[in-house]
Amino acid sequence: MSDTAAKAPRWAIWLPLALFAGFFVLVMFGLLRPASHDVQSAMIGKPLPPFNLAPASADRPGLARTDFAGKPRLMNVFASWCVPCAAETPVLAELAKRGVEIDGIAIRDRPQDLALFLARNGNPYARIGADNVREVQLAIGSSGVPESFVIDGKGTIRYQHIGEIRPDQIDMILGKLAEAAK
Amino acid sequence: MSAIKAKHQRLVLVLIALAALIGAGLLAAWALRNQASYFYVPSEFAAKPPELGRAVRLGGMVEGGSLKTEADGVTIRFVVGDGKARVPVTFKGIVPDLFKEGSGVVAEGKLGPNGTFVADNLLAKHDEKYVPREMKDMTAAQVKQTVAETK
Amino acid sequence: MIAELGLAALWLAAALAVLQLVAGALALTPRGAGMAGVVRPVAMVQGVLALIAFAALILLFCQTDLSVKLVAMNSHSAKPFIYKLAGTWGNHEGSMLLWVTVMGLAGGFVALVERRLPEPTMLATLAGQAFVSIGFYVFLLFASNPFERLPQPVVEGQGLNPLLQDIGLAFHPPTLYLGYVGLSIAFSFAIGALVTREVGPAFARAMRPWVMGAWIFLTVGITAGSYWAYYELGWGGWWFWDPVENASLMPWLAATALLHSASVLAARNALRAWTVMLGVVAFSMSMVGTFLVRSGILTSVHAFAVDPKRGSFILALLAINIGGALILFALRAATVTEGERFTVTSRESALVFNNVMLSGALGIVLMGTLYPLLAEAFGAKVSVGPPYFNPMTALFALPMLVVMAIGPLLNWRRDRFARVRARLIVPALLAGAVLLWLGLSSGIGLLPLLGLGLAAGLVPASLMPLRGRNLRRTPLPVWGMVVAHLGVAVALFGMACDSAYTVERLVAVRIGDKTEVGPLTVTLKSIEPVAGPNWTALEGEMLAAYLGGEPVALRPQARSFWAPPQQTSESALLTRWNGQLYAVLGEQAQDGRWQLRLWWKPFVTMIWLGGLMIALGGVIALIGRVVSDLRRLIARDKIAYRRERQGR
Repeated sequence: MSDTAAKAPRWAIWLPLALFAGFFVLVMFGLLRPASHDVQSAMIGKPLPPFNLAPASADRPGLARTDFAGKPRLMNVFASWCVPCAAETPVLAELAKRGVEIDGIAIRDRPQDLALFLARNGNPYARIGADNVREVQLAIGSSGVPESFVIDGKGTIRYQHIGEIRPDQIDMILGKLAEAAK
Repeated sequence: MSAIKAKHQRLVLVLIALAALIGAGLLAAWALRNQASYFYVPSEFAAKPPELGRAVRLGGMVEGGSLKTEADGVTIRFVVGDGKARVPVTFKGIVPDLFKEGSGVVAEGKLGPNGTFVADNLLAKHDEKYVPREMKDMTAAQVKQTVAETK
Repeated sequence: MIAELGLAALWLAAALAVLQLVAGALALTPRGAGMAGVVRPVAMVQGVLALIAFAALILLFCQTDLSVKLVAMNSHSAKPFIYKLAGTWGNHEGSMLLWVTVMGLAGGFVALVERRLPEPTMLATLAGQAFVSIGFYVFLLFASNPFERLPQPVVEGQGLNPLLQDIGLAFHPPTLYLGYVGLSIAFSFAIGALVTREVGPAFARAMRPWVMGAWIFLTVGITAGSYWAYYELGWGGWWFWDPVENASLMPWLAATALLHSASVLAARNALRAWTVMLGVVAFSMSMVGTFLVRSGILTSVHAFAVDPKRGSFILALLAINIGGALILFALRAATVTEGERFTVTSRESALVFNNVMLSGALGIVLMGTLYPLLAEAFGAKVSVGPPYFNPMTALFALPMLVVMAIGPLLNWRRDRFARVRARLIVPALLAGAVLLWLGLSSGIGLLPLLGLGLAAGLVPASLMPLRGRNLRRTPLPVWGMVVAHLGVAVALFGMACDSAYTVERLVAVRIGDKTEVGPLTVTLKSIEPVAGPNWTALEGEMLAAYLGGEPVALRPQARSFWAPPQQTSESALLTRWNGQLYAVLGEQAQDGRWQLRLWWKPFVTMIWLGGLMIALGGVIALIGRVVSDLRRLIARDKIAYRRERQGR
């Protein structure tokens, strides 16, 4: 019973562990690599198309192409019916506190829902345009909410951020804005 | 049967098993190199097209105004672009719900002899969890109706 | 309030898991023997607490409590009740809670009923189960708390992906999870056996029913998932080699191998180290599969729903659990004494061959699933699909199925092939005749041809173990094996028929137009709008006549959901004994014609019928084993009782 001559070679015992280690390294690599699977908007580096959106909220003006002049601005595509957008509001408030001018495009929203959303989550926006048929959203190559765009002083799209901005991305966004100011 | 012979048979079994598994691994590696379908964006596709008949995937934006339906009612032609290059695509079938001009698409298929990409499957880029796709996939009449309801 | 209750139950369960681990480990040392009595009750209470936490989450979803973040993200008050319920596990946090609940319940159940193993092995097993559970509890509590409240309740929830709003899918994940997580018991048994060096037939017999139970759920889950993908995705296929599907197939392959090797260990005390290894691998595959799906590193279209921290957390769990188990295995495997010997023509050998082939197929699927990740490391984006998976898995499956016809007829330990030759004549002749006839007559592909020939041989071959037996006295496990093997033959027949003889038609038609597809004539009668609880749809009515017979109505739909807004196409199926007509309604072209996609799929339903037969075989065998175990227990109790009375 105790002879081991007929057993698998000793190294074979460590084989599963070695294979698993290989798997681990591979997956680590996959996790750590900055994931950019998204098809980015073809509009990056191009000027905004002309548009003029009516105000979405009673206390803020609407948003037009001509508003993007002077300082770089952050354009946030959002909606009151979108939970990640609500999760993003503290980050936008922090950005606004640090002097970023943020404009909003509310996608297919009802005024009363939007008012409730802004009352609950705060209102970091300088202007909010109502995009009820998603014309502007599609024209700038955004496919969902929330998305944020860095627009420079000439109205050129410099950066597209897909998904909510997380707290650890605030500095990155500020960097993109500073870059756009150059 | 003697014990020694049984021992040998067992060793043979173990070695056959190991050889089979290692052989399988090598075979899989070879098959993967040959059968995996590579992903191209239009500019790569234009610069270095894949071999004719090799299964690849092409991802990009469906260009506005490029979508045409053939007379048979089920074959469509469109152009996939990435701002740098454009690739004409044909597809025979029912398009996915999120497929439209201006949206992202991944086409699975092969390069045809006349430089057209022949897709046998279209995947509209989407994510269920985070992008509530609003009227993207509605008809114009539905859009008007929902907008009317919203106001 | 309910959310807080659920969270409290979850914390308590986690604390008990820690106690279970510590007490179990201490009880194995000479000084801590007093702790031994604590472990089993703690395991049971832990299972109950996890269940309470899960019940609390179900309740929150049923009430659509929008102050809870998870509910707000995944539910909607307008959703039908059954999908509110299904919303509980249709998301990351809920499914992880389901995971620990099943783990806790399985551990508690083992603690309650398992009495065959030596007590130290049992303690090590429960400690192992607790160790794995703790990782998942920590993950839930610190990185994906399902009971987290929103600072402000939202007005309305986001809804559930309409593709998931399907009765079949609603109960698909729990079924699969019962299978995945049920395998954790096999993992813990393997750990327990390695720790106490008690790898032997008793270990295999104790482990076998648990593996069998998990395997039955996996089989049903995979079969149901395949049917769901078939009718819901509208592509006419039944298996897509998608990472999600592969994630469920890999544990199944490992568990199937484990079932067969455990029967060698139980009956013949051979394949000891290998069986323990498979016990570790099977649950590892469950975890790896779940990780690959949940972390999103493979399904790139889902990339931005994923928090990279979460992926790292699960990966760390995998490293600790799998890496730890494999190190333990490597250290202890050398001391696991060699089992009984056998010759090349013996049932053991056939089962070893089955194991090697199943492991090979598992390796093929795993490599194909991971290859895109490997290629990405070298800067290439690739995807791997049927051109790789179909021939490569067939390469392993077909020889294995040939041996499946022979193996059950062989004797244990030593046999001569000449002895069973007589019983293989009929299957071999049948297979040969079908191969020759189809190979010469029609131009079908090589794989479907081999599949049909093999299926023809396998049907009689899988019944052969019953020949010469008194059917009434044949033990249930043998019946189970026969039914399961027959199911394999039936499923193979369905797969081969589908790929050889499917007819597809893609047309644009006006109302009233007729289309021929295979033996059917389909007429589009009308297109009408219809409305459901949370969707509206365009419904086509078509009449399908089989070979000019009485027409039957089919109603495929193009549905638009509004919470969240999304479109799906509902295919319509006409099922006959000899196949299915599959109809999908497409878009309306500018000229007013409607796109229709029609398939005639001969005998396609055999695939799922076969899958269910495989599972049924498992159920029969499981009942047989449990009944005989119970009988033995009762007999032992009787003897003990008599002795006690005599003693007085």
